[in-house]
Amino acid sequence: MRIIVAMSGGVDSSVAAALLAEQGHEVIGLSMQLYDQRGDQAFGSCCTLDDLHDARRVATALGFPHYIVNFEEQFRSTVIDNFVTEYASGRTPIPCAHCNSDLKFATLLDRARGLGAEHVATGHYARVMGDGEGRWLLKRSADREKDQSYFLFSLTQEQLAGAMFPVGDLCKTDVRAHARRLGLSVAEKPDSHEICFVPDGDYASFVATRSPEVARGGAVVDEGGNTLGSHGGVHRFTIGQRKGLGVASSPIPLYVLAIDADSGDVTVGPRASLERTTLSASSVNWIAVEPPADWLAVSAQIRHRHRAAPARVRAMPGARAELVFDEPQTAVTPGQAVVFYDGDVVVGGGWIE
Amino acid sequence: MASIAGNCRVLRSNRAVQRIYLDHNATTPLSRAVLERMTAVLSEEFGNPSSVHHFGQRAKAAMDESRSAVATLLGVDPSEVVFTSGGTESDNAAIRGVAEALEPTGRRHLVASSIEHEAVLNTLKGLARRGWRTTLLPLDASGIVAPDALKAALADDTALVSIMHANNEIGTIQPIAELARLARERGAVFHTDAVQSAGKIPVNARALGVDLLSMSAHKLYGPKGVGALWIRRGLRLLPLMSGGKQERNRRAGTENVAGVVGLGVAAHVAREKMADESVRLSALRDRLEAGILGHVPGTAVNGDPTQRVPNTTNISFDRIEAESLLIALDLEGVAVSTGSACSSGTLEPSHVLKAMGLSAHRTQNSIRFSLGAANTEAEIDHVVSVMPRIVDKLRSLTRVG
Repeated sequence: MRIIVAMSGGVDSSVAAALLAEQGHEVIGLSMQLYDQRGDQAFGSCCTLDDLHDARRVATALGFPHYIVNFEEQFRSTVIDNFVTEYASGRTPIPCAHCNSDLKFATLLDRARGLGAEHVATGHYARVMGDGEGRWLLKRSADREKDQSYFLFSLTQEQLAGAMFPVGDLCKTDVRAHARRLGLSVAEKPDSHEICFVPDGDYASFVATRSPEVARGGAVVDEGGNTLGSHGGVHRFTIGQRKGLGVASSPIPLYVLAIDADSGDVTVGPRASLERTTLSASSVNWIAVEPPADWLAVSAQIRHRHRAAPARVRAMPGARAELVFDEPQTAVTPGQAVVFYDGDVVVGGGWIE
Repeated sequence: MASIAGNCRVLRSNRAVQRIYLDHNATTPLSRAVLERMTAVLSEEFGNPSSVHHFGQRAKAAMDESRSAVATLLGVDPSEVVFTSGGTESDNAAIRGVAEALEPTGRRHLVASSIEHEAVLNTLKGLARRGWRTTLLPLDASGIVAPDALKAALADDTALVSIMHANNEIGTIQPIAELARLARERGAVFHTDAVQSAGKIPVNARALGVDLLSMSAHKLYGPKGVGALWIRRGLRLLPLMSGGKQERNRRAGTENVAGVVGLGVAAHVAREKMADESVRLSALRDRLEAGILGHVPGTAVNGDPTQRVPNTTNISFDRIEAESLLIALDLEGVAVSTGSACSSGTLEPSHVLKAMGLSAHRTQNSIRFSLGAANTEAEIDHVVSVMPRIVDKLRSLTRVG
């Protein structure tokens, strides 16, 4: 069958495309140009011309067509603007999750159908499968270390039905082995870690350039409301942050506990005050179940690198959910996703408020 | 590097689709005559045209022959023809060369149409940053520069006017003779970019009354990387590059002899075939246009219906993204083009259609079909037959915001 493969130029999506082609599918590679490549406005290294070039080389070598499609406008309006707004309002966003559901799968599935393909494959480490009763399930990847299901929690049933993750059953080492076996030029290309449009990791400058009013600064206060120092903008902080607090000295290590964008106050305190047992989530997407009115036992993951912890969750009106951990968790961070798992299966997820 | 594409096992060749090339305004395949002559030059006539000896003389003679062929195509004298690396260099050399030569006279104003090729527009931008005043002329709805608009823009200090002969996207032909006359009346130098017209329609530089004219080899079945600039005798311009005395001090650097020879053969062949080929191509083009307009609802032709080169039509498809249509057509084996491509090859709204006052949507839903020597009636009929299905499919999924 005809399958659109979203190719970033990295080894994962290259091998995803190669495996599908090898299985006899008619593969069409698409690479998304996400921002102006002509120079001064370029953000950095994601899908740079070199990456697009790598994707094209792989497609040429494997003998399938490859096109670069322009998603600058959508990327800016759905991902970048959101990223800047979130930081400016004292939250810590995950642009990759927005990009997946709001851009990649939303737009590419439409494009795919226009080109006579029902499926869009990517190089994500995750698995999608039917439950035998007409529902599509999202699962963690075989390589637990590389698992990206956390970033895919907001895919709808329609999007999951059209999604394929060919490397989701593989370990990263197998993926590289396939790339070598096929002689792909990207076999040894390093993994990317940073947020693609801020390759130097300097989110603060990125946000400040695009939202100058955020840099007006504010006070660093303790839990009692006493001013301990000042800071250069709420976008410079995330919950649980320990460094760069601008507090002269303290007998105990201090962490960011809360960020109030309206007042500009950044509240700091001891590690114990970082712990939370409850959270509420918005824009909740339920994948494996209908929204549960009663408490449902799950493991909940609140960051990409967080070990999912036992909790119970129930749906609330307005696509919201409330969740109670069995044990307190540190740094529950607004703007991050909370994803509910049942073993490897993604039950659902939402945005932490 | 350990692994290269060459080691790679090709898993699956493309489906055997019939490939139909309708993008001749982007580039053309080498004609057989050009290929044969270039091959001979590349393998045998390796001499440096500046050398005094036999080898140099042979290379020089090959260049001279080419210069005559280009001069004949353009209706000018061979000594006025300067070979360049292509249309972009010719445009740069003409505009920068004149602007800088006239700088001491105080003429610091440059005029161009707003639908020029980037080679012209960006050269103007560069000069604007260095203090030149620039004016971009508006167009009417069919893409033609109104002479009155030029008249209004011309000033006492206008150094140069650059207006393309035929546009690459819509094929519209500008009233160059009249525009050049207006510029001359005000003492301004006139340059025309004839990259899309030379070889397609008669181009006589003297009859047009211009001072400078750019052309390129690869648009007329010649090789890429070579072109020519015609400089009216007596016109002074500063060269772009400093170096040796090649091309009578007007273009330094050892000549691209094989390329120049290819251009010469291409120019000769184009001239011989032009009368017949323009009749044949315009009939094919009209057949394609009528077929699409007749079978696909919500379509319209952009540009002037009569004042245009015979091989080009630019068609808007309502409720379609040109990018998707382009890909869908390529998957069917039909190669077309749209707008201007940026560095990665993705599409941007057409500055040409924008300048014609078309809606934002229409600047992004238009496809250019540009026909050429190898196209047949059967190919055109095939394209017309697949078009409705492809467009319907795309439209059924378009979520118009």
